[in-house]
Amino acid sequence: MSQALEAARAALREVTDPEIPVVTIEELGILRELREDAGGVEVVITPTYSGCPAMDQIEDDVRAALARAGLQGRVSTRLAPAWTTDWITPAAREKLRAYGIAPPSHCAEGAKPLRFMPPRAQVAVACPRCGSTNTTEISRFGSTACKSLHRCLDCLEPFDHFKPY
Amino acid sequence: MTAVATHAPLPLLLQLADSALVLGQRNAEWCGHGPVLEEDIALANISLDLIGQARLLYQHAAAVQGEGATEDALAYFRDPNQFRNYTLLELPHHGPLAPGAAADRDYAFTIARNFLYGQFMALYWEALCTSADPQLAAIAAKSAKEVRYHLRHASDWLVKLGDGTALSQARMQRALDALMPYTQEFWTVTDAEAEAAADATGVDPRSLRAAWDEAVDAWLREATLTRPSDAGHLTRGKEGRHSEHLSYLLAEMQGLARQHPGATW
Repeated sequence: MSQALEAARAALREVTDPEIPVVTIEELGILRELREDAGGVEVVITPTYSGCPAMDQIEDDVRAALARAGLQGRVSTRLAPAWTTDWITPAAREKLRAYGIAPPSHCAEGAKPLRFMPPRAQVAVACPRCGSTNTTEISRFGSTACKSLHRCLDCLEPFDHFKPY
Repeated sequence: MTAVATHAPLPLLLQLADSALVLGQRNAEWCGHGPVLEEDIALANISLDLIGQARLLYQHAAAVQGEGATEDALAYFRDPNQFRNYTLLELPHHGPLAPGAAADRDYAFTIARNFLYGQFMALYWEALCTSADPQLAAIAAKSAKEVRYHLRHASDWLVKLGDGTALSQARMQRALDALMPYTQEFWTVTDAEAEAAADATGVDPRSLRAAWDEAVDAWLREATLTRPSDAGHLTRGKEGRHSEHLSYLLAEMQGLARQHPGATW
């Protein structure tokens, strides 16, 4: 790897998610590729949700990180393959839990539930604070597009859950 | 601008983009007015996804169209007769208002629409994941995941309200009765859809109907609701022939951009 690419990779390790500042865009799987050509470094990122308002902020943060490292570069967006929470690293999952957000379970490979035939079994989400799986979903839509809202029936605390996606 | 390789017909891209934008705008009308806080947030989140999908589709359509087209010009500077969204999506949040509905909005109507359309688009996006238009296939893969989640929300409420109190069931049934005729438009085939099905960039919507029927019937049974007939006027929003409601919706949505062309935040 060239010096510029190495410097870029190091600089991007400082770029965290604007709404979940304990994890980096690399750990979340948003950073897809780093490459270099005559125009400098190209940082390829992928959007999480189509309407995630953090994506523009992430692009700005990437540009700022490159500039701070004294690097020429640009940001491009790649849609396919579609981002999945399965790309979130094990270390980042633990950071999410410690931060109070229940990490996502894995999406089954190739599972495409087209028709949600009732009734459906709910997968128990473990409380990030006490670990109990005696929890209930309050709302499918939480504080951001990527989270749902739950409550622990043992420690009684409400908590966010990073939706498997 | 580089030429776009294989792509779906422009009218089909606009049909998908306009539909996402118009439903996103409609559902966003609940922002600050949701029946409960969680639903307020849910509808706003769903609108964010839909408007995000619309942006990706308009960007693709603009690249296909060339000639300096932009996503903003497509969204803000086309008139109602140029919009290709399904008529179902532009209707206000009420049909004939049921007793007990809020003055101008009926949540049952919102849920019924999101259910009928979400069930359709879950199948449509899934089919487009293998489109010969690589950009459309990429957008479809993202949108399919999102619409499945939206559909779960609508289906849950369909059951809660349908299999709820006598009043909530009556309102849910009334909303379905009012909206079902508009679903006829799902199954008509425009010239662009026929062309796209033939060159594998799109799908013949009629091929999705059996799966849609099966899923809708299963959910309506669970919700203890009766499937109404879809007989009635056949709408043609996909071909630019709209109800009067679209003009009002676009007037509100496009007003700022048209009064201050080129304005930026």
